[in-house]
Amino acid sequence: MSHVVIIGNGIAGITAARHIRKFSDKKITVISAETEYFFSRTALMYVYMGHMKFEHTQPYENWFWEKNRIELKQAYIDEVDFKNKILFSAEGEEITYDQLILATGSVTNFRAWKGQEFKGVQGLVSKPDLELLEENSANLKHAVIVGGGLIGVELAEMLHTRNIEVTMLVRETHFWGSVLPAEEGKLISNHIQQHGINLLFETELDEIIPDENKHVKAITTLDGKQIDCQLVGIATGIKPNISFLKNTELETEIGILVNRNLETNIPDVYAIGDCAQQRKAIGNRKSVEAVWYTGRMMGETVAQTICGNTTAYNPGNWFNSAKFFDIEYQTYGWVFPKKKEGISDFYWEDKKNQRALHFQYKTNSKEFLGINAFGIRLRHEVIDNWLTEKILIENVIQQLPKANFDKEFSKKIKLNISDLQGQKDLAGV
Amino acid sequence: MSRVQYNMALSGQPPQELTVTQKVFVFVGMLGLLVLLLATFNFQFPNKALWLSLSLGAISVGTIGFSWSLYANKSSGIKNDGVWFKSLTSRGLWAWVFGILITLFYVVLYFFPQYLGLNADAENTGLIALFDPLSKMLSGNPASQWFVYGTLYTLSILIFGIKFIWKYRHSRYEIIRTISVMFFQTAFAFIIPEFMARLNGESLQLPYYDLKNIWPLNYYNFEQYRIDGFLNSGTIGLALLIFGVISIFVITPILTYKYGKRWYCSWVCGCGGLAETAGDPFRHLSDKRQVAWKVERWVVHSVVVFVTLMTTAVIYSYLDYDATKYWLNKDVFLGFVALLLTLVFCWAMLFRREELQKDAQYGAIGYFVIILGLIGIHFFFGNQLFLFQAETLRKTYAFLIGSVFSGVIGVGFYPIFGSRVWCRFGCPMAAILGFQQRLFSKFRISTNGGQCISCGNCSTYCEMGIDVRAYAQKGQNIVRSSCVGCGICAEVCPRGVLKLENDSPDGRINPKDVLLGNDVDLMNYVNQK
Repeated sequence: MSHVVIIGNGIAGITAARHIRKFSDKKITVISAETEYFFSRTALMYVYMGHMKFEHTQPYENWFWEKNRIELKQAYIDEVDFKNKILFSAEGEEITYDQLILATGSVTNFRAWKGQEFKGVQGLVSKPDLELLEENSANLKHAVIVGGGLIGVELAEMLHTRNIEVTMLVRETHFWGSVLPAEEGKLISNHIQQHGINLLFETELDEIIPDENKHVKAITTLDGKQIDCQLVGIATGIKPNISFLKNTELETEIGILVNRNLETNIPDVYAIGDCAQQRKAIGNRKSVEAVWYTGRMMGETVAQTICGNTTAYNPGNWFNSAKFFDIEYQTYGWVFPKKKEGISDFYWEDKKNQRALHFQYKTNSKEFLGINAFGIRLRHEVIDNWLTEKILIENVIQQLPKANFDKEFSKKIKLNISDLQGQKDLAGV
Repeated sequence: MSRVQYNMALSGQPPQELTVTQKVFVFVGMLGLLVLLLATFNFQFPNKALWLSLSLGAISVGTIGFSWSLYANKSSGIKNDGVWFKSLTSRGLWAWVFGILITLFYVVLYFFPQYLGLNADAENTGLIALFDPLSKMLSGNPASQWFVYGTLYTLSILIFGIKFIWKYRHSRYEIIRTISVMFFQTAFAFIIPEFMARLNGESLQLPYYDLKNIWPLNYYNFEQYRIDGFLNSGTIGLALLIFGVISIFVITPILTYKYGKRWYCSWVCGCGGLAETAGDPFRHLSDKRQVAWKVERWVVHSVVVFVTLMTTAVIYSYLDYDATKYWLNKDVFLGFVALLLTLVFCWAMLFRREELQKDAQYGAIGYFVIILGLIGIHFFFGNQLFLFQAETLRKTYAFLIGSVFSGVIGVGFYPIFGSRVWCRFGCPMAAILGFQQRLFSKFRISTNGGQCISCGNCSTYCEMGIDVRAYAQKGQNIVRSSCVGCGICAEVCPRGVLKLENDSPDGRINPKDVLLGNDVDLMNYVNQK
């Protein structure tokens, strides 16, 4: 019976383990240093806010693993002997494998700022980060968050529930400028400000200033402002957690390089989830995709390959979702943040109810390319079909009620084709 | 945790001290309660009508004002901050204090009403006397312990309903649903029965009848004194009796087919109404473990069997042997019951077996054999129906299920076991509606493709203890007997994954683990298994 070892018990690793168990009788071991059991990383914020206890973020009851013969091991692997297929743990244990799946996830990407080593400077990726934040929250009056993206807004929302004043440094002119077009970027920026968060646009961190106890007491920005604070939240991005694999024969770049079958350059070694990097990016996707859903898909795919049915990672239409304070966000297909040649926009906003839709389509052929929805829930299956069938933007607008997934009795959305025509000149503003 | 503070806020808020306004409203509300307490200890209020109004008014102003100060200045959205930090909502000291106080209240109410001022063959004293003016105004009769309870119950649903609407004001589903439970409680459970009592006289002897309270929740509806009352009240009485029968056998299945059991459990029912309003701050305390689900299925269906046996025995006991006097004699009635149970059993086993779990099948067969066996023994050996006296069965049921389970445990233990313990483990009505919902209904909670992030908010805030996430993360729709359709899972979901809806019954339960986002070929492999 061959032994599959998976390093990392996040969504990618655990999905792989579950599917390998479904299709085979292999011995499965999942190793994690972070926690004993699988939990939903995206739910850590709710633990801090008191919506849930940590155990509620664990999707399976503790008996599940033994019942499904998935062995869980809490250990920190710090060295891999790929030639002899042996893992060495920091605790001094040796674990042999026949097939190895690397699903080690991400760590905060500190960008070598001056003073980033001081106490009170932290990211928010792991459970230890959450525990550190809890510790750092004592006597915390003012926090500065560096980065206006998903982790940044999460941190802001979390700290806000404890009545901590929050200032966010945002590099672009609006929130999440690398992903959101200006219209909805402003909508969300306003919403965040309404909750009492200070947003400083076009502002970047210069230096972190400590007090006599080597604890952060202030930061300075590139434009020379000094802001007093007792916490600096680093939310400028994450990077693959692969430092223990550097200087081995495993090929890495930003992440662990894999082909479409999620195979690394070493036989019987695979990489999935946040830590994997496609040698050639798939379509418009990034070569490193650090998203819950892609981690899950890669887990499903690699399980097929390991169980003898070699399968390429072939994700369908792009989708993602998030929530910014009270506004839910869903996206399907591609909506580019910056104007692109040959692509037109159609933007609809309901200011009073803080709802918006942003469509993009090919200017000439009118083919529907993607949609951003704010405060409106859309039916994944329907939009996915529209994208696959490449239907026209007019048809999307006409049939939009079919794709509505809002709760019963919700306010209807009134869009019509003439709105689309009226916005022709506005496209890409 | 350093910033945790313990206060009596009944809802999720960031840890913070009470503001001055909130303290004032707490004080006003407490004054209202103090009047009730003083009355209980026989303090003589000079003008009872005035002091009762002042007391209930102060309680209302306190609660509504407190809710206003909690939510009015906040942007609309989910308000669960700090729920698990607060003593009252996380089984802390306040939770136990509060739980024990309500439990004691129920014990006194059900078993020692004399301490509330109910006097046999004498005028009311104490708390009950304080409610006399209101009762006389409505029905013309002095109050009873049940009138006091009914008034406080209705008041709770109204004032905590307002709080709930404030809390969920971003959701029209929640607002409309809450207005519905507030209306049905006030009109059907409280005012109409009191007015009906006022109409009673020579030609009309209607029993106290809350029209929305359907058998078997209303387990006493077919007892002899009520049947006599109905039959002695002319056409109206007969109409009410017929309504009582068709509401369970005709109206209920039709509405459940169209809308799921939510039409009753979270839109109409009084028990559900209290759970959704006053019980809302405790909804997350329900047990989500699989073992709790197993216990739930056995316990709640055993209650259905118990109530069926008990009602059959009670009706049987007052029917005649002689078929010439009235067509519905003892034997005809037993035959009816046996036939009906056989039909339901055969239908479920023949047409819906694949949707029943193994233990559900065994349970159904076991109970079916026992009931028919008991009826058979009676027919052939002619001894006591169901081995016990009908009266013994009735009393046991009324004590164990009607009082202890639904009241003392069901409400008294809100802060410990969550707000729907009775609905989930004990209510035979919920079990029958759940059976209908699981096996023939258009209702389901749809899961939105692959958008679930397994965060666990839906499962945590499910008052019925359904592990919603287990389905959502597989891309499966949720079709569970116990779901009362409160809609909170869809509210707390941060990614827009869940939607309560009524749609074609075909493909309602999608058995394949379809997760969108992946390419089709891979999903085919997954589904081949």
